[in-house]
Amino acid sequence: MTRVGRNAFGIALALTGASGFAAAQEEESWVIRNARIHTLVEGAAPIESGSILIRDGRIVEIGDDVAAPAGAAVIDAAGMDVYPGMMDSVSQLGLTEIGAISATVDTVELGEMNPHLRAATAIHPSSEHLPVARANGITHAVVAPGRLGGFGGGGAGISGQASIVHLDGWTVEEMDIDASAGMVLTWPTLSTRSFNLATFSMDRRSVREAKEEYDRQVAELGEVLDAARRYAAAGEAGARERDIRLAALGPVVGGEMPLLILAQGEREIRGAVEFTREQGVRMILLGGSEAWKVKELLVENGVPVILGPTQRLPEEEDEAYDQPFTTPGELHDAGVTVAFATFGSSNSRLLPYEAGHAVGYGLPQEAAIRAITAVPAQLFGLAEDFGTLEEGKVANLIVVNGDPLEIRTQVEHVFVNGVPVSLDNRHQSLYEKYRARPEREH
Amino acid sequence: MRHTKLFLAAALLGAPLAFSQDTVIRGGTVLTVTEGTLSPGEVLIRDGKIAEVGTGVTVPEGAEVVDAAGRFVMPGIIDAHSHIAAESINEGSVAVSSMTGTGDVVDPYDINIYRELAGGVTTSNILHGSANPIGGLNVIIKHRWGADAAGLVLEGAPPGIKFALGENPKRSRGMPAGVERRYPATRMGVVDVIRQAFIEAEAYRQEIADYDAATARGERVLPPRRDMKLEPLVEILEGTRLVHAHCYRQDEILQLLRVAEEFGFRIATLQHVLEGYKVANEIAAHGAGASTFSDWWAYKVEAYDAIPHNAALMTERGILVSINSDSAEEARHLNQEAAKTVKWGGMSEEEALKMITINPAIQLGIDDKVGSIEAGKDADLAIFDRHPLSTYAVNQMTFVDGEMLFSRERDLAMREAMASERAELEAKLAEGDDAGRGPGRRGPRRGPREGVRR
Repeated sequence: MTRVGRNAFGIALALTGASGFAAAQEEESWVIRNARIHTLVEGAAPIESGSILIRDGRIVEIGDDVAAPAGAAVIDAAGMDVYPGMMDSVSQLGLTEIGAISATVDTVELGEMNPHLRAATAIHPSSEHLPVARANGITHAVVAPGRLGGFGGGGAGISGQASIVHLDGWTVEEMDIDASAGMVLTWPTLSTRSFNLATFSMDRRSVREAKEEYDRQVAELGEVLDAARRYAAAGEAGARERDIRLAALGPVVGGEMPLLILAQGEREIRGAVEFTREQGVRMILLGGSEAWKVKELLVENGVPVILGPTQRLPEEEDEAYDQPFTTPGELHDAGVTVAFATFGSSNSRLLPYEAGHAVGYGLPQEAAIRAITAVPAQLFGLAEDFGTLEEGKVANLIVVNGDPLEIRTQVEHVFVNGVPVSLDNRHQSLYEKYRARPEREH
Repeated sequence: MRHTKLFLAAALLGAPLAFSQDTVIRGGTVLTVTEGTLSPGEVLIRDGKIAEVGTGVTVPEGAEVVDAAGRFVMPGIIDAHSHIAAESINEGSVAVSSMTGTGDVVDPYDINIYRELAGGVTTSNILHGSANPIGGLNVIIKHRWGADAAGLVLEGAPPGIKFALGENPKRSRGMPAGVERRYPATRMGVVDVIRQAFIEAEAYRQEIADYDAATARGERVLPPRRDMKLEPLVEILEGTRLVHAHCYRQDEILQLLRVAEEFGFRIATLQHVLEGYKVANEIAAHGAGASTFSDWWAYKVEAYDAIPHNAALMTERGILVSINSDSAEEARHLNQEAAKTVKWGGMSEEEALKMITINPAIQLGIDDKVGSIEAGKDADLAIFDRHPLSTYAVNQMTFVDGEMLFSRERDLAMREAMASERAELEAKLAEGDDAGRGPGRRGPRRGPREGVRR
């Protein structure tokens, strides 16, 4: 969806008040009072004791002294902190329910070239994963199709368009922020070993064979983008034949939509950067396990990184034990733009701890928080509406009783799209149900 | 020059603090776990053991002093469910694989021993896989990085065995084409396999008892043929071998407890036990411990009702609970996993720390040796730069049996030494000097691990 469309959605939503809590609350507004407000506006200190007025889905006023309009619901947040809602910048929320049951999984389509597929068409708004993530302060997320964690060497190709959604709404249309936020490309890996699912064993091949296949795959990607350019030119010249695959790549070759390139190894990252530079298309690196080896390259080419989980094992046996923990800080120090993502669904609620873990190993705390709020909003062109707490922005925010990167901190209130959402979820209900089970009498 | 570097690398890697020397850790906050918090407190280490804990401990002459000012000293972390330092430990071809054991395949070179040591882990319960209702025997290791396979094994730990229930032993995810299905294929069959095995074990025990009685009477009879599958099961019946049972759903948990009660033994730990909170009353009444991971869910059907409050809820009902990793990665931050019980379920910080120290020690029957900072116990300690339940806490030092086997400072220095050695070698190579490259001119073969062997 284009920006115009997105704004139209925002207005429609405000008019109908369709989201969860907001039913029949069209005129309602909320005031959060006495809170320490971390606006995350660059260079701005937190407001020590301030208020936020929220109306029609937006932050209307923010400051030391905000008058509550008649009828506004007041939340006293004395002793609490307010932050922008967290954004999981790559997830599979809504695309998968139970990993082992393929009937509940809609992450990977057949074929290697699916630029016309969009995550938003398969996001299940009733997924139990959404309220679980939300209860820990994740208010919106990029949902990306494809084999993001996968094993084996396969899966290279374009898996479709990532969609950004609010983690609340009766339908995916109500959840929509940007249905076509980026094109997900799993970069080919130059690997001599691949896992054969049929025989449950590793297949091997020579380096030369592997290199030939890698080169062929990269060349094919180039050809597809060339074809998309020719298609766009033909369309402008009046050609009527439709090819929705090539049409979907139009915004990529036109420079409006970033390629979200999943690449882990140094060689693959170099290959992807070179490719996008030659093609003149925008790239955001996803994963980037070995991005620390190519910091200068990323800085020179202005390539931002959405890092995979911080809490993972080193790639190699002789790599430093803490390499995955120090990578975010190293990239930040070198001037690379860094955001965090879980690449998952059930574990999306752990996003703040992926960021927090990097703080102990050198990433400044403020940079860690920005990397799950303001930075991803900027990366996806949403900075006008998301990422910081400022008047006029969409009210996706959280009220917490401390530092949100600390595990022991509790999330007290979550606003999504301007309304407070329930923090109840499958886990909370099961907890309450079984906690109420009578103690056994002996 | 080169020799100096080699020596330096070896010193950095190995350099055990001499056993004869006392060590005092002082100035830090000591989280004893069982006897409160001392801030600041001192820990005196002698001969690999904790000799004294307190405030105002006298520093013996010549003692090594470790300054822990501003830091937090806690007992070494104990992981009650691990699969590191071993390979190929899921003998799935049979439904009962109690004739196998992870102790036979300990790999002292697994880098995960060191990586977890860096996260403060000092003891791990290495379990067999979960392909069988009755699986293989376990081995408990200390993270004595540098020791050989036998040297890793924790002496005197009660022996144990893995059981498994639910989707894994019934092999729900199917097998590759051409592989025959194996009984059982249902939870009913899983219970049956366990019952049948113990009926056999009872008969075997009777055979042995009859033989013993006959020889006691002076009769000359043939001894029963030794059965390596049933021997461990007899030990379970005798109460000398601990059962660690992988389980998820409430129904299978309850059935296992009932089968154990039928044969008169107690389950030591229910592992994973993600629906333990649903049958917490029954688990508590049976007296089983529970070892769970903090918050994984939804990766399979039997994990769909998993809740992060599980550990807390089970604790409230009187069950002894530990937080385990079941993952070489997760084990690196078990301190954070424990913190999640504070967040979800409102455990106290003390209770949370117990879940990765004294509680797993009790469950594994090794709490006389490890699990808390008490005089007389093994000097297994981790020193964090912040309270270990903080997301930002970084482990700085890990002691096993009084030896500092991990030091962050030393690790960082070692990296620098290796990087400069590498740079030096690369520079030589660039000079085009092939004097050192011919066959026969190589130095002694040397791997990165050789320096750490004791």
